[in-house]
Amino acid sequence: MTPSKIGPPIIELARARTKEFLRETEAIFWVFGFPLLLALVLGFAFRDKAPDRVPVGIAAGPMAQQRLDALKKSNALQPRIVTDGDDALRHGRISLLVSGDAALKYQFDPTRPDALTARSAVDDALQRAAGRRDPLAPSQAFVHEQGARYIDFLLPGLLGMNLMGTGMWGTGFVIVNARMKKLLKRFIATPMRKRDYVLSHFLSRIVFLVLEVGVLVAFGWLVFGVRVNGAVGTLALLCIVGGFAFSGLGLLTASRARTIEAASGLMNLIMMPMWLCSGVFFSYERFPDAVKPMIKALPLTLLNDALRGVMNDAMTLAQIGPKMLWLVVWGLVTFTAGVKIFRWQ
Amino acid sequence: MTEAAISCRDLRKYFADVKAVDGLDLTVERGECFGLLGPNGAGKTTTIEVLEGLTTPDSGDVRVLGMTWKENERELRERMGVSLQETQLAEKLTTYETLRLFRSFYRNGPDPDVLLHELSLDEKRNARVGKLSGGQKQRLTVACALVGDPDILFLDEPTTGLDPQSRLQLWEVVAQFREQKGGTVLLTTHYMEEAQRLCDRIAIVDHGHLIALGTPADLIAKLEARNIIEFTSEPELPASACADLPGCHGMAKHGEAWQLRVDSLAEAVPRVINVIERNGAKLLTLSTHEATLEDLFVSLTGRELRDT
Repeated sequence: MTPSKIGPPIIELARARTKEFLRETEAIFWVFGFPLLLALVLGFAFRDKAPDRVPVGIAAGPMAQQRLDALKKSNALQPRIVTDGDDALRHGRISLLVSGDAALKYQFDPTRPDALTARSAVDDALQRAAGRRDPLAPSQAFVHEQGARYIDFLLPGLLGMNLMGTGMWGTGFVIVNARMKKLLKRFIATPMRKRDYVLSHFLSRIVFLVLEVGVLVAFGWLVFGVRVNGAVGTLALLCIVGGFAFSGLGLLTASRARTIEAASGLMNLIMMPMWLCSGVFFSYERFPDAVKPMIKALPLTLLNDALRGVMNDAMTLAQIGPKMLWLVVWGLVTFTAGVKIFRWQ
Repeated sequence: MTEAAISCRDLRKYFADVKAVDGLDLTVERGECFGLLGPNGAGKTTTIEVLEGLTTPDSGDVRVLGMTWKENERELRERMGVSLQETQLAEKLTTYETLRLFRSFYRNGPDPDVLLHELSLDEKRNARVGKLSGGQKQRLTVACALVGDPDILFLDEPTTGLDPQSRLQLWEVVAQFREQKGGTVLLTTHYMEEAQRLCDRIAIVDHGHLIALGTPADLIAKLEARNIIEFTSEPELPASACADLPGCHGMAKHGEAWQLRVDSLAEAVPRVINVIERNGAKLLTLSTHEATLEDLFVSLTGRELRDT
């Protein structure tokens, strides 16, 4: 029962907000549990391993057994004799069909990469078995660089996605909820400054940021050995700026909505394109050049690129500076617009 | 002469489909407890929210403590406390944390713990708001209104849905506020008993209009009758049957029953029974009570206060 000193409204609002959140069990899972689970599952699913052997079929015939023996010597192939060759090929159970009679014939779909691999491996194996001698004998060096694995690419993406999700939900959901419960109306019946209320959301976000970023980065490092190659301070600053941008976006999204349903729909509408396009799970380089400038201007793309810059490529503050600046612009514009059109009751 | 605590002139607020407040004049003196009484949809909440500066009226002048919302909003907010009708406080915060948060918004005010003690909430200090009973929640809501040490307290239906015990506790809090600092209270209610017990003066509103104004005693006197007889018969009597009885001031339909406003029960009851017999009807039910504001409302509008 020690009476502690009561701070200014913005601090008290942020403090109340933080306590409320920490008492919300479901929210804790979505902020901390979900991204860890995702990192774990995807990290293992895409962990580095030798590529699968390509399944190829040999049609039954006088030459079938001899060709099977020859193909078994290749470590890129998984050959077997098939009786329904055309059917197996059409359904993708094999990537290439070798004829079983005297005339050697390869049957495959040239647009499939695995079929091309099979074509080359099968031909090599059969030619060598037939007595071909290779004039060149190259040596090989295998590269397994840290920072080039899928998990190294994925983890900063998940971090960005999490900052977006918690920033938008953490701000937007709470605001709409308070509006529905007429709590916002009750607040503006006090001398509380509206600015303090809005900024307190961002302030409490920073507290959670430290936790969620810390947990995810530590997890990536301990379980998958994902390193932060750049400066930790730069990463921290970047996360705060990213958190600011998405709090602003969350505020703007929630500034008018009267119901949770309306806000949820709007949130998903805004977040969905970024989940898909902003390079969370795969690089946006695969999209057509025409839409790339748009994709690159999205806040999650800016954040993900900068996060990968710091974590994977050890970029400095100066190098990711322009992207951070754009994130600040996103935050300022959305905050200002959100406050302007905000519905208090 | 000090200015009135609250005054409004020719207040109007129309919504798309309803004239919520339609030309209302009110003056609440300092230190007074003033009640706005009326059925749901009478415009009570809109009126109180305009006076609280939460709703902008379409037209009309509003002055609170001699100031206007336009020029002195912050100063006014410092000096008033409100309890809104539907506010749900954050359920995951404790009683103390909620009050502490509200305290931080005001320049001056009591220590939250002192206030919790005054409102008998100290045992619930560290309980989450979501776990409080209806009465405790309502007391916390009023505590949030008192935490800025206000000069005026606005209470919008403070006891709706509360059990009698909690209602009594809340009345006690309002009485204390007036005694200890001579504060002004404006409350809305649709409980007649509450208005009669708490208020110095009452304004009865209906459809955004003021239909009666005065002290509870004055208003009841307006009925020109101290007692009410309510009866049903088979078959039903015609509307004019009892109107001419001596000492009877009017007859009105009240649900299934007829209601007579009379001076003396001892004289009127035998006459009523007599009339029923003369009409060849059979008396089914008969009850009597002292006149209340409820009866005044029925006689003024022909409707009940609590219907819908």
